[in-house]
Order: sequence, then C-alpha cells, then structure tokens
Amino acid sequence: MISVKNISKSFNDVKILDDISFDFHQGKTNLIIGKSGSGKSVLTKCMVGLLEPDNGDVFYQETKLSSLKIKEKKEIRKQLGMLFQGSALFDSLSVEDNVAFPLKMFTSLSTNDIIERVNFCLNRVDIVNKNQLFPSELSGGMQKRVAIARAISMQPKYLFCDEPNSGLDPVTAIVIDELIREITKEYNITTVVITHDMNSVLEIGDNILFIDSGKNKWQGSKDEILDSDVKELNDFIYVSKFLKQLKKNS
Amino acid sequence: MINHLGRYVLMLIYMFSKPEKFSVYWKRFIDEIVQLGIKSLFIVILMSAFMGAVLVIQTASAIESAWIPDYTVGFTVKQSMLLEFCPTIISLILAGKVGSNIASELGTMRVTEQIDALEVMGVNSIGYLIGPKILASLFIFPIIIIYSMFFGFLGGGIVCELTSIIPVEQYLEGIRSFSYENYGHIRYALIKTSVFAFLITSISSYFGYYLKGGALEVGKASTNAVVYSSIFILFANYILTQLLLI
Repeated sequence: MISVKNISKSFNDVKILDDISFDFHQGKTNLIIGKSGSGKSVLTKCMVGLLEPDNGDVFYQETKLSSLKIKEKKEIRKQLGMLFQGSALFDSLSVEDNVAFPLKMFTSLSTNDIIERVNFCLNRVDIVNKNQLFPSELSGGMQKRVAIARAISMQPKYLFCDEPNSGLDPVTAIVIDELIREITKEYNITTVVITHDMNSVLEIGDNILFIDSGKNKWQGSKDEILDSDVKELNDFIYVSKFLKQLKKNS
Repeated sequence: MINHLGRYVLMLIYMFSKPEKFSVYWKRFIDEIVQLGIKSLFIVILMSAFMGAVLVIQTASAIESAWIPDYTVGFTVKQSMLLEFCPTIISLILAGKVGSNIASELGTMRVTEQIDALEVMGVNSIGYLIGPKILASLFIFPIIIIYSMFFGFLGGGIVCELTSIIPVEQYLEGIRSFSYENYGHIRYALIKTSVFAFLITSISSYFGYYLKGGALEVGKASTNAVVYSSIFILFANYILTQLLLI
C-alpha cells in the first residue's frame, strides 16, 4: 500500500497540490482523476520521488520516503515500475534491450535468463516477434505495451501509469486498461493510474481520487462515482449535453 | 550565473558516484567512443588535410624570398598545425558537431521523459548518460588530434608533390626540423585537447540535461551548447598557452 499524507506543492508561489491525503491499496487499480492542470502528474511525481513535496509525506507500507537516504530511495525505486504518458522508451535501444534494461542494470541474471524474462514480459503484453524493432518502428499502442513490459520486468510491487490511454484509439485504450487491471490482480501489486478518460474510470477504477485545483474533492469507487453530489466531480463527468440530459433524467 | 555554476558543479559531482553496474557503463563508454570520436574522424581528416594544403600554399606565397630557405614553409606549417590548428580549431569544429549532438540527444531524452524513466528505475541518470560521454571524449579526442596532425602534414606534402610549389624533400626537412621541440609541442597540444574535450562534453551535457520545455528549447539548448563550449575553449586556450608555453 502507498499512503500520501497532507501533500502540498507549489511552483513559483502557485499552489499545485493543497493538503492531499489518500491511501492507494494493494491488488487494486487506484485512479487519480481530474482535469488537465489539476495536479495529477505532480502528485505522482511526488510519490515516485521525482519531485519533493513542500509539505506532507509519502509512505510505502510503513516506510516514509522523505526520511530515506539516496541509497535507500534507490532500493524503493527498484520496486517501482512506471508507464509514462509518452511511453519514454529509450530511442537508441531495441524493444528487447528496452525491456532488458533494468534487468541488465540491477540483476546478475545470465544473458539467457534475461532474454527468457524479456520474452515472457513481451508475451504477457501480446508483443510477439518484435524484439529487434526500435520504438520509432512501433505504433502508439505497441509502444505503451512495450513500456508496460519494461515496467513489469523487475516484478515491481508498485506500478504507476501516467495517462496510459492518451493518444490511443478507444479500442486500443480498453485493451491497455484491461492489461493494467489483469497485471494488477495477477501480481497483487499496488497500481496507480492517472487518467481523465471516463471509460477507464468506469472500467478499472477500484479506488478513485478526484483532484480539482490541487485539492482532494472526492474519493470512492467506480460504483459510487456516478451517484456523487460533488459539483466539481459532476462537472468533470457530465461534460457533454447528452450526458447532462442523461443525468437529469435519471 | 551562480545558479548555473552551482548546478554544473553538482552535475560533475553526481557523475562520479559509483556506477550501478560496471559492465553496462563500460558498454556505454565504448558506444560513446564510436559516437563522439570515430564518427567525427572523417570530417577531421578532411579538414586537416585541406588546411595543411592551404597552409603550404599561403606560407610559400608569403615568404617568396631568396634569403629564406624553402624548408621554412614545412617548419611554419608544422608549428601552426601542432600548436594551434589541430588542438584548437579542430576542437572548435568538434564543439559544433559533438556539442550540438550531445545537447540535442540529452534534451530530447529530457522532453520525452526518458531521463525521468531512468531516475524512477533508480539509475543515476547523470552518471549513466553523461559520465561515459566525458570519459570517452577524454580518451578519443587526443587520438583524433594525432590523426589530424598526421593528415594535416600529409595534405601539405601532397600539395608540394602536385604543384611543385616547394620540393617535397624541403617540406619534409621543415617538418622534421627542431625535432627536439616536437615532444613538448605535442604534449602541449594533447593537454589542450583533453581540457577542450572536457569542456565540450560537460558544457553540452549541462545544457541538454537541464533543459526545460519542448522541441523549441531543444534547438536553443543545442545552439547554447555550441556557443558556450566555443567561448570557454577560447578562454581555456589563452590560459593554457600562457601557462604551458611561456
């Protein structure tokens, strides 16, 4: 489990996160949702240690991230997998080398074992016979799947996905969502997904945090979200005239 | 300014932290030797050969006097190539080629979150990305400069052979003259090259690594890398010449 407690963060006196607290549960897909610029990515960067919060703490189980030394932080980070918005695959490395990268860097596995693990991860995300291709030769959906394979190659305890569906067609987006949910259940990991895609919210949102203007405005599950009476959340969900009408009628 | 200097020094300190895995860093070091050095060899050889040829013609035409022996042309070309052209001018050319390459590579990695991906994995991204570049340039640039010297002299020799502007034997005699000084001059050239190699790769890496923004900023970082590397090369050239030659 990951807990964030009273996290605040400002840039040039502009408050991006304002006293956010939330628990991200193990074995569940935990979603952070909100409008663009609401502070979702900043919260995630604070959680993985790419940014230091001004106030508050992040806890991995009972371990306080800010109290760790650089070496200890690195150990925590080895338990993290992260899928970035633009996939962030290394351009100069092939698909196989991208997935093998953390294994080569942090394990003493033999070359054969590394290739076996790479193939297992790529098969898990349905990427077959593409080992020697470079990221620029793959479609957006394939790049996301390779990035997921790289994220799970070290068998992480925590998986972070920053807008995994951005730039994908609705069908591929659902495939990626399903994959994230399956992996979460299969490996019983704590998954944190940032999204503003309502399809994803209703599909995989076991535990949802809604942020608006840097504040925790609502939390619950996909089964509760449509019945919420929080104005900001309803404005976010029922954005089209059609959906507004649907809400009125119900 | 102080902010930039502080970050630059911190970058250099982080660069020397212990590698996560030596074999991975070694592979990066070899790759960078190829990328920064071997792939620059052709342009360096081409420029050096033509510059040697032009220097012969210019020097010969400038000292057309019966009182000055022909081997003076060879001697002048040698001194120019060893002391200034090969270490400094070639380094300025490498600042353009290699510097912009490094800044745009690291800048693009920053923009596309590849550097963040390394950090999240627990990799020391400065050590992994910048360290091998600096070490590789310190290793390969002096070798490139030795090639530059050789091909510069060769270019001059070919011009003598083709145009008979001065006899080749006289040119070679000039190249060989005062040979007891050559060792010191070559050492001076290689020391200068090593300092320039460090400046080019570290300054260019700084501009690429700490880039903020998008594609437009990648272009700006690339330009800044070349401009600042060149300015610092010129400063360092003056200081090193004062220290080592006088």
